[in-house]
Amino acid sequence: MATSISARVANPAATTTSDAIVEVRDIGKRYGDIEALRGINLEFERGKLTTLLGPSGCGKTTLLKIIAGLVPATSGDIRVNGKVVTGPGPERAFVFQDFALMPWATVLRNVAFGLELKGIGLAERNRTARHYIAEVGLSGFEEKYPHELSGGMRQRVGIARAFAVNADVLLLDEPFSAVDEQNRRKFQEDLLMLVEKERKTFLFVTHSIEEAVYVSDRIVLLSPRPGRVSQIIEPSIDRSAAPDVIRRDKGYLDVVEEIWQGLRQYAE
Amino acid sequence: MHMAATPQKVGATGGATDGSSTLADMIADFATRRKSLWVLVSLATLFTAWEIAGRVPISFAFPTFLETVSALLEMAFDGTLLPAYAITFQPLVIGVAVSAVLGIGLGIVMGLSDKAEWLLAPVFIVLQAAPMAALVPLVTFIYGIGLVAKTLAVIMLALPVIVLNSYKAVRHVNPSLVDMCRSFQGSRLQQIFKIIIPDATPVLFAGLRLGIAAGFIGVMLAELLITPTGIGDLITYHRSIANYAHMYAAVASIIAVSTLTLAGLQYVEVRFLRPEKRRK
Repeated sequence: MATSISARVANPAATTTSDAIVEVRDIGKRYGDIEALRGINLEFERGKLTTLLGPSGCGKTTLLKIIAGLVPATSGDIRVNGKVVTGPGPERAFVFQDFALMPWATVLRNVAFGLELKGIGLAERNRTARHYIAEVGLSGFEEKYPHELSGGMRQRVGIARAFAVNADVLLLDEPFSAVDEQNRRKFQEDLLMLVEKERKTFLFVTHSIEEAVYVSDRIVLLSPRPGRVSQIIEPSIDRSAAPDVIRRDKGYLDVVEEIWQGLRQYAE
Repeated sequence: MHMAATPQKVGATGGATDGSSTLADMIADFATRRKSLWVLVSLATLFTAWEIAGRVPISFAFPTFLETVSALLEMAFDGTLLPAYAITFQPLVIGVAVSAVLGIGLGIVMGLSDKAEWLLAPVFIVLQAAPMAALVPLVTFIYGIGLVAKTLAVIMLALPVIVLNSYKAVRHVNPSLVDMCRSFQGSRLQQIFKIIIPDATPVLFAGLRLGIAAGFIGVMLAELLITPTGIGDLITYHRSIANYAHMYAAVASIIAVSTLTLAGLQYVEVRFLRPEKRRK
């Protein structure tokens, strides 16, 4: 069971990839006197899962929201499929840390909500929604309300809603932070299966090093105050191995340790 | 309601052996299932205390509960109560309807727009803080003693509380839900009608309930301070002839009507607007 895990540490400057679906150009963000982000240049490759990792206050969620078009940048621009974007668009879908489910709507209506906003007919959007509800493992819960579900199940609803609009890029803002540890691991495994199956580009924000190494093709380490790109790590993990094998692999643990060494200076 | 109790009773009279599953158990079981029992117990305690206080008596002007009930029944059947309500309800219903529509509308606009907030919020904060009873004579001075003045009294009490609650309801909408709507490219109108108003509904209704309660205060103030009509007239008249049981019956009846109206509104809200609340 030799899972070959090695990490290639790339220089932040040499981030040009052949097929970038999202390009971040010189993004800066100020909140009054506080500089949250400075000179961020990144490219996100199509079909890959990239993680933004860093200590709290490094602006990783802000960067994700800027890419989503939910927060305006102070300087720089975001290109999706080569075009500059200034607001939310159909090629991007967002998964919220606090799930952002409508408490008054059933699981089915929540999942179909993106399609409802686009004016797609009830029968068609419910068909699509049911498909993705099954995909995230929530069949049978279509008529439940969010408060009847556990935290993990609620986030599955959030993910199904993002899938349902068939966006190219999925932006996930600490999606598992409100989910307990056991469910979180199961969730990470399921996410990898969905990544495999749906062939979309994923941008993932987390503060968990293990989670980042476990799920990512590429990890962007951000340093705090102001948020800058400090390191880019590409853990090449053989995903065909069983999850528990990967989690015990020396290579996997070495990458975790390496990232921790890079981040420990920002702790405290 | 729960006639499942009958077989046990039949068994008990026949054999009298299963004494363990007693009436007390059944009542306890019934009480956990139906909260309405506790409402009845609460009311029964209140009425008993009232009856005892009336019999002591704590004041010659304080009738017992049973005297009040018989006075209420008498008024209900001799044709004084219903026409009185017909008169009281005119300014109340018009005033509350105007306050609800205008108040929720203005409140939502204030919640959505900073400019509307700056323009209107101070006015309603002052109006809510002002002791409105002091302004009722002013209304009489301008609008006389008719329906207009009484309706205005209702609006003066009900409108500010509805406006301010609706405004707060909109301001406290979950920002994450609004972001969610934006992220799926919802238009501003979709944002308002599919997210903001539904998410604000519980607080909107809390404001509406407070507004209606204030409307009842308004109409009673109007009927006691402007000219005695309707229920206000019944109260004033029976007090003037020292017919205290009837006076208390009129007071108790308006309290009951107000409580039932608010309970009815809550039922409507949960039944039609909060589907997730229907399931426990």
